[in-house]
Amino acid sequence: MTSLSAAEAASATAPAMPAPAAASSYLDEGFNLWSWLTTKDHKRIAILYAVSITAFFFLGGAAATLIRLELATPQGDIVSAETYNKIFTAHGVIMVWFFLIPSIPATLGNFLLPLMIGARDLAFPRLNLLSWYLYVAGALFTVGMLIAGGVDTGWTFYTPFSTMFSSTYVVYALAGVFVVGFSSILTGLNFIVTTHRLRTAGLTWFRLPLFVWAIYATSLILVLATPVLAMTLVLLALERLFGIGIFDPALGGDPLLFQHLFWFYSHPAVYIMVLPAMGVASEVITCFARKPVFGYRMMAYAIVAIASIGFLVWGHHMFVSGQSMYAGMTFSLLSYLVAIPSAIKVFNWTATLYKGSITFDAPMLYLLGFVGLFMVGGMTGLFLASLAADVHLTDTYFVVAHFHYIMVGGSVMAYLGGIHYWWPKVTGRLYPESWARFAAILIFAGFNMTFFPQYLLGVAGMPRRYHQYAPEFQLLNVLSSAGAAILALGYLLPLVYLSWSLMRGKRAPPNPWNAAGLEWQTASPPPPHNFDSPPAPPRKPYDYDPTRPEALPGSAAAAQT
Amino acid sequence: MNILLPPTSAASAFAGKVDALLWTMTAVTGFVAVSIITLMVLFSVRYRRAATVDRRIGPATIGVGNHWLEITWICVPLAIFVAFYVWGARLYFDYENPPLAPLEIDIVAKQWMWKLEQPNGRREINELHVPRGRPVKLVLSSQDVIHSFYVPAFRVKRDVVPGRFAILWFTPTVTGRYHLFCAEYCGTNHSEMGGDIVVMEPQAYSRWLEHGAVQPTLAQRGAALYRQLGCSGCHTPGSAIHAPDLDNLYGRTVPLSNGSFVKVDEQYVRDSIVQPSRDVAAGYRDEMPSFAGRVSEEDLLELVAYIKSMAPAQAPEGAGSP
Repeated sequence: MTSLSAAEAASATAPAMPAPAAASSYLDEGFNLWSWLTTKDHKRIAILYAVSITAFFFLGGAAATLIRLELATPQGDIVSAETYNKIFTAHGVIMVWFFLIPSIPATLGNFLLPLMIGARDLAFPRLNLLSWYLYVAGALFTVGMLIAGGVDTGWTFYTPFSTMFSSTYVVYALAGVFVVGFSSILTGLNFIVTTHRLRTAGLTWFRLPLFVWAIYATSLILVLATPVLAMTLVLLALERLFGIGIFDPALGGDPLLFQHLFWFYSHPAVYIMVLPAMGVASEVITCFARKPVFGYRMMAYAIVAIASIGFLVWGHHMFVSGQSMYAGMTFSLLSYLVAIPSAIKVFNWTATLYKGSITFDAPMLYLLGFVGLFMVGGMTGLFLASLAADVHLTDTYFVVAHFHYIMVGGSVMAYLGGIHYWWPKVTGRLYPESWARFAAILIFAGFNMTFFPQYLLGVAGMPRRYHQYAPEFQLLNVLSSAGAAILALGYLLPLVYLSWSLMRGKRAPPNPWNAAGLEWQTASPPPPHNFDSPPAPPRKPYDYDPTRPEALPGSAAAAQT
Repeated sequence: MNILLPPTSAASAFAGKVDALLWTMTAVTGFVAVSIITLMVLFSVRYRRAATVDRRIGPATIGVGNHWLEITWICVPLAIFVAFYVWGARLYFDYENPPLAPLEIDIVAKQWMWKLEQPNGRREINELHVPRGRPVKLVLSSQDVIHSFYVPAFRVKRDVVPGRFAILWFTPTVTGRYHLFCAEYCGTNHSEMGGDIVVMEPQAYSRWLEHGAVQPTLAQRGAALYRQLGCSGCHTPGSAIHAPDLDNLYGRTVPLSNGSFVKVDEQYVRDSIVQPSRDVAAGYRDEMPSFAGRVSEEDLLELVAYIKSMAPAQAPEGAGSP
């Protein structure tokens, strides 16, 4: 099928059926809870995910609020040390596994992948629903355990503390994460098969939107890395429950083995969080600059390079752990290599703005913010990849700041930008533009105020996971906590005005942004079967013309031929 | 910057070198970051929708892709990254390889304290006195979970993983009192597992050291243990059981029964006590019983110190590299 040329494909779809006058949307398929809980429609499942991860996001955010409150003073005065340790563990576990990993792939990816490739649904709709149930069951169980008893190991579960010394609900919490892992694997599998098998006629790999490339690469990581996490958690549970010596030296095990296995999953997991964000950036920046993405092929190759090299850098978490010096030197070099494709992406997004016809609607503001924050996060990653610098900086607030710039400044900004960009398509409503722009700027400012001081704290030597700290660190901590208050307000705003727009927002046309991409060729919100007539694949991706910014992409080319 | 940044004096030879690397990286990445943000702002203003500018993208102009440009911004960052890498790796090599004849301090970490012992047997808790200008080598072990010995002013840290020795060294250059932190999360009171490093002038340090030298040294206690545990029964020339003579052994490289060679250092001696079957010296049978579970971390440090004391120092006192 994919060998069909574009012309043939276009002629094949030319005598398409006229669209029915009043096509009902996927939202009208049923209004009771049961119709949602039994749906096999990828669009409805995406909504289920969106609602659940939003709940977990604000729960994890509540934990973050408590952390920042406690750290406003050097003494441990709001909560006890034990409670503090449980709070930061809950924050990490919830945000990493129940929010960030599923965030863009399971919501925007689920909704958009079939639409972007002109498919009716994912390859395995039933499996898709199962993935959501696994996710919700695992996540609710773990969160229940985190609240009922708590876990004080940190989200990294380092042994032998987690196996032999912690007296908290470690195995219970792991069990939920283990189950959620299967949700990740099945989602990844579903996306891979869908991308390979269900692209509409004529939609070849190099005509795909970069969002699809990003989701595809992410799915490969989900399928290849998550099983290692599952095995590691099982081994941890075996040692903790039955005293089988795997990681505890007192039983003949090796604690560093745990770190190797854990980071073999958890480093690629960072790319699970950030690759989809890069995909969103390429969609939004091209649309609001009205220009094809600069260096499309290089952008696609960079995604694949990041996903591949990302598997080979896990040892950079262990430069001071006692792994061999030569291992350290190898992992350092590979960590620098993985920064190259990330740098390409930043340069190419910047070049995309050149000679564009740029407007600054809320999605664009979010994504320009994403590029800036991702760049700062990536560049500070270079410090941590450097062996001697890492000896000083690892396990300090510098690391905390670095990964929040990538995962929160980067991924969450892109996620919110994507939510706004596709909001009309998903809900059939327009969001209030001024509020959305205000929130984007507020979040950007609040984010920098929260996390930039943490870089300085790390350079000054403040270790992470500290309930109390030396008094000279207070000024920067107060700044960070004040920023967190602004950030919290910024995150609440979209929740309010987006909910409002569900009821009161203006009706959205099928393509409010005049955007490229097949998802804009159907109604907003789309009908249950996605397309009334098979969409025509573009001649080339992102066929925008900055000299005719109001025109539909690709129409210039059509006019010339 | 000075108003915001807490005092972070660089108080070791290594710290100065790390700071040079950090400042260079800050300057280079800062320059690139500012350049990119400037370009983004510039493009955003110049090519905003309302502006009337030439937006035509012909094949001759840089518009939707340009291979030479892309190759440039692959190769230039790559060259910079390799430079950063080499610089960082060279310093890391120093961090990983202590100089000869340092001052040796033995440290046991446990939830949630540091127990330290000077070469003459003077013990300290959560406080370490060291002389200025001389390399200090720490031999660390943990009784329970992973801890990490971190002195921000020296820019060094090392995880203390249970079941093995960790080695960390530094040369203090400025007298004063500095933070010692535990940098690896170790349980409830992790944030209280800290203390002070006190760097003194060498004479003051000697006086301080003599003042508290009342207990037997590590090596002396190790010698007593050596007899108590029955090590001396076999490891004596002429004993009925054929076991290696430990006199003058420490620091040498010995052949193993599997054909490889190993340098007799702290880790090897430790392994030979708790896992004797792992690396058996060439020409001997694998018949020594394991002492795992019978000796504590502190016992191990004492035994190692004793075996070390049976070999003459490899270099004259105080000849370490600066």
